[in-house]
This record gives sequence, structure tokens and C-alpha cells, in this order.
Amino acid sequence: MTEPSPPRLDLEALGIDRGGDLLVRRALRGIAPGTDLRIAGSHPDLLIHLRVLCRAAGHEVRVKDDEIVVRRGTAVDAPRRGAVRAGKADPRSADAVVDAPSPRWGLAARGALVEAGAPAFHRPLSSKDEIWADDAAHLYAQAAANQWDPATAIPWAMPFELPDEVEDAVVQIMTYLIENETAALLVPARFVAQIHPHFREVMQLLAIQAADEARHIEVFTRRALLRRKELGLSTAGGQASLQTLVDEPDFALASFLLSVLGEGTFLSLLWFLHEHAPDPVTRDVVRLAAQDEARHVSFGLAHLGRHLSVEPSLFGRLALAVERRHDTLRNTAGLNQEVWDGLVLLAAGSFRPSDIARGHDAVLALSQEMEDKRARRLERLGFEGAQARALSQLHTKNFM
Amino acid sequence: MSTILLGAVAYDPKVVTIWDGFRVFFAKHGLDFDYVLFSNYERQVLAHLSGHVHVAWNSPLAWLQTERAAKACGRRAEAIAMRDTDCDLTSVVVARSETIRTLADLRGKRVAVGAKDSPQATLIPLEYFAAAGLVPGRDFEVVYNDVLVGKHGDHIGGERDAARALAAGTVDAACLLDANHLAFSRDGTLPASSRTVAQTRPYDHCNFTVLDDAPRDLIGRFRELLFSMHYDDAEVRPLMDLEGLKAWRNGRTEGYADLAASIDRFGTIVPFLEHAASEISSARP
Repeated sequence: MTEPSPPRLDLEALGIDRGGDLLVRRALRGIAPGTDLRIAGSHPDLLIHLRVLCRAAGHEVRVKDDEIVVRRGTAVDAPRRGAVRAGKADPRSADAVVDAPSPRWGLAARGALVEAGAPAFHRPLSSKDEIWADDAAHLYAQAAANQWDPATAIPWAMPFELPDEVEDAVVQIMTYLIENETAALLVPARFVAQIHPHFREVMQLLAIQAADEARHIEVFTRRALLRRKELGLSTAGGQASLQTLVDEPDFALASFLLSVLGEGTFLSLLWFLHEHAPDPVTRDVVRLAAQDEARHVSFGLAHLGRHLSVEPSLFGRLALAVERRHDTLRNTAGLNQEVWDGLVLLAAGSFRPSDIARGHDAVLALSQEMEDKRARRLERLGFEGAQARALSQLHTKNFM
Repeated sequence: MSTILLGAVAYDPKVVTIWDGFRVFFAKHGLDFDYVLFSNYERQVLAHLSGHVHVAWNSPLAWLQTERAAKACGRRAEAIAMRDTDCDLTSVVVARSETIRTLADLRGKRVAVGAKDSPQATLIPLEYFAAAGLVPGRDFEVVYNDVLVGKHGDHIGGERDAARALAAGTVDAACLLDANHLAFSRDGTLPASSRTVAQTRPYDHCNFTVLDDAPRDLIGRFRELLFSMHYDDAEVRPLMDLEGLKAWRNGRTEGYADLAASIDRFGTIVPFLEHAASEISSARP
């Protein structure tokens, strides 16, 4: 019985330098290590280049009866031997997202086959308990679908006339919103660089959150400069409040202070501004920003809720964070007085004393609504009623 | 245990990464290994002969320099290991014109080579021409591309310049290592119209060289650990990829015959051997 002759690859006139190597690799994948592949072709440098290719890849080349024969080596398979599957791409599959992904999975896509021996990427946020939210994929999809174009989503050219002092109030409020949104951009931007990319959806969500804030900064700036050449006042007290947020190094605490308490409070503020906006541009910029902020709050609640369910001691740390921040800010001025006055004026609509009284009551009601809603969100996270209310009252007077 | 010291030539910044990696690998296996980098092989060979390093990572020319200089003073050099990819290299002579089909057609023409001390792109091809009856400089003009002389052609720049000269039409042929011929064909440095006119016999490239006074135990352990490196091992694979091998092989010296013939014919290393003899004798107490 004669041995079957080895498989044969005919490269025709194709050179190794123009893609012939791809066909050789493909043919060699189809045979076992230690077995032969016959190669034919009419390219004048075929044998020269094949020898180079095989020398580098650990295959042997010989010429037998005027035919080129390649014996497959084992080295080409080495990267796949010992490689591991880095979870699964679809987060809904069982075991798709692991609790503690290896630092050596590095930047590999979740679900990729990762060669052993890759360098370790040490990401500070690499524990599922700390950052994961089961509906992160859903929230990301929603965020991606709801991106709006500042150039077209807002009626920048729509005519309107405002009394000077009302326009001044709008500019002051926009100035205040811009610095708050800057903090809201920097916090997720800082943490996104610390996340193990295995938690892809969270990484994407924080990235899009930062992009949301970039847009908010743009539209608030543009609204402020629509009728004025200069922005309003940025106060030391406002910045002191934001500094405690931006400097918080712990993801859970920063996320709690920013998303649940700060952006949650801002939601009420933005809808208040929407209701009392004196012009169509202001009305639309705050409406679009509020829609985005609602998603940020949802993610904060989702991942912190999950984190608290697996690590109940986090309750104490979160409460302490609010108290610590309150103590730090105790002697600062709180909300910019000009912002407060601006809110009263917008709600009043005029400087008539009776209107101002109504405006003042509306801003007081806003403050109460903010406090109530914060307390409700804290209860949703699992804080018991009295503590939720107490913590809500300790939140910064600067709102964010 | 004392330190084994290796000499290597810094032909590229990656050399530091490579030998640092080896240092970690050897340390992990209990061998105290360190390295010294030289800017050129001649300095490395002299340092080796003067006892400053125990083992040298030598180009083929540096091997012959060491072997001959050692012999001149009654000593013996040994090639203890090499990469699988150091075995059976070839060089090619490439031309563009339809009228150049054999080496003989290059009579009276201009032929680009690499750096003057490059075994693969200069010394071995010129020997090949000479053995075929074409004396370099007399029967054809040799156009050197002296990039980083002293590094024995380890740097690809000289060969790339030779290929570019062929593409520009300022020379009639270029001499290249087979692997660089493939690389330059792929990346378009060589025009599609270029053609291989000749190919040398297979020859060998680098090796780890030791002299007869090297500390046996250390060298034995060094060699043993080298041969324990397996491409399947994910920890050493990146190091082997950087150094460009799949497996270490025993050193062999038959593959340097054509280079030896070349330096004999052209007297390439005579001045170096004279210099080495005086350096070594003056260094003796």
C-alpha cells in the first residue's frame, strides 16, 4: 500500500511578497505539525522567499524531485496554546463578565482568545463588584441612540428679546452650569481610564457620559454668549464644592456624590429652568441636558445598588463621604448668591414684589423637591428613611 | 555564584530590551547574568580577547575576527549556540534591466552592496562574484552603502539604501539578504520589475562565542538555560520574538566558509588582526 501523497498548493504566478504567504499559512493550518505540504508556483523568487518565510516561522523547506515540500513546524501554533478566552462578548451570556479579570487580558476585547505572556495592564478598577451594573449595556445603547447635535437640536436663530437683567440672570446661571458640568465631565473621564476594559459597557457608558457633558458645556457656553460678550461670576464657594467632588479618588464615593446626589439634584434644577426659561434657546438647552443627566443618575443608582448588595459595608462609607464633604464645605458660601437671585427672577418673570415673592417661593419649593428626591434615591439604594433624609439634608448647598 | 558577562553590539535600541529580558530570565533561574554593549564589533572582539567579557554575541565576521585573533596568540574560540534563524541564509543579486540576466551581464556595471563590513550584503556576495570570475572594482564597480560601519550589516539601512539606488536607477544591481529582499519586495522599496539574477550558497549568521579560558561552569549553565527556552513558554516567547528565533541550536562553524573565503581573498580583516595583536600584546603585564 502506498502512502497518500501530501496535499498540494498551487500558487500559480503569485509571489510570497504579494499575498502568497497568506495562502501558504492557510494551507499549513490545514495539516498536522510534522507533516508535509507540496507547493507549486511559477513566481521566479518562490523558493527564495518561501525559505525566508519558513525559516522565520519554524517550518522546514526542502526540494524533492523538483518539487518544493514544506514540513509544518509547531511554533506557529504556540500563541494559541495556553491562550485563554477572556469571558464572553455578550454580557447576557452566563459567565460573560467575570468577577476579577486578569490584568494580562489587557486591552483585549471581552470574549477574545488572549495569548499568554501578554504584558499586565494594572487597572485600579478591575473588580466587577465595584463598577458593574447589569443594565450597563442597555443604558449605553440608550445613550448612543439619544446623542443630539448641538448645531441642529437647538433653535439658536429663533428671535427673542429679554430685558437686560433677565438676560444677565440667564448668563449667570449658564456660567454656573458650565463649571458644574466641567466637574461632571472630569470625574467620569478620570475613572474611565482606570477601568479594566473587560467591563466594556461601563467603560463605554462613562465615555459617553463625558461626551454628554462636553456637549452641555458647549451649549451652555453658546447660550451665555448669544447676547453677551462675557460670562458671569464663578464663586470660590462653588469651586470649593466642586473640588471635593473632582478630588474624590474612590470610584464608588465619587459616583455617589456626583451621579446620585449631584446630578440627581441637577435634574430638578434643569427641569425648573425648563419650566421658567425666558426664551426658547434656554428652554431647549436645559431640556436636552436634563435628558442626558437622567441616564447618568440611572447608571449611578444601578452600579451602586449592585455594589451595596454585595458589600453592605459600603453604606457606611457612602454616609461618611457625605458627612465629610459637608464638614469640609461647612464654612464656604454655598450656592452663588447671584445664581440664587437669578433663579428667583426667572421664576418671578419680573421685579414686581408680588412676582418676586412667587419666584422666591418657587425656588424654595425647588430646594425642597431636590431634598425630597435625593432622599428617595438614597432610599432606593437601601438607606433607611431617617438616615436618607438626614444625608440628603447634608448635601452641598451648591447643588452639584 | 559569580557573574557571567556577555558582550553585544548596540545596533538598535531594542538590544537593551532584549538583554534586559535575558537578564531577568537568567536571574529567575539562578544565573547571575549581565551584559555590556559595544558600539561596534571590533571593540567587542578586542574586549573579549582582553578578558572583559566571558561570552560575545557575534556577527559572522566578528566570529572570524575572534577565531583568527585567538589563533594568532595560541588560543581557541568556540561557537556555543546560535538561533535557528541564523542557519542557512542566502543573499541575492537583484537587477532591473531586461539585459541583465546573469552575473556576467554585470561586467562593467555598477553594483550596490551594503556596508563594507556586512557579511550578507557585501562580503559574501562579492566573494560570489569573484568566484564566478568577476573581480570587484576591476570587472564591475562596487557602490558601498556604508550605514553604521562597525555593526557588520546588522542595521538594515545599508541594504535599504542599496535597494533604493536600484529603484532609482543609479546602480544596475543590488546585493541583499534574502529576508530583506522579501521585505523590500513587500513594502515596495524594490520595484515590481526587479529580478533575481543570482543567489549565493546558504551560509550562517550570528553565534555566541566563547574563548578557551571562559569559566566552564558558568558557560555550561548559560548554555543549558538557553536550550531550556521553549517557544511554547509564554514567558520567554516575547523575548524569542524580539531576538527573532523559534529555537536555539548548537553552534556550527561550517556555515562561515564562504565568508572566510571572502576575507581571505580581499584581506578584509588583516588590518584588524594586526591592530588586535598589538593591543593584546601591549595589554599583557
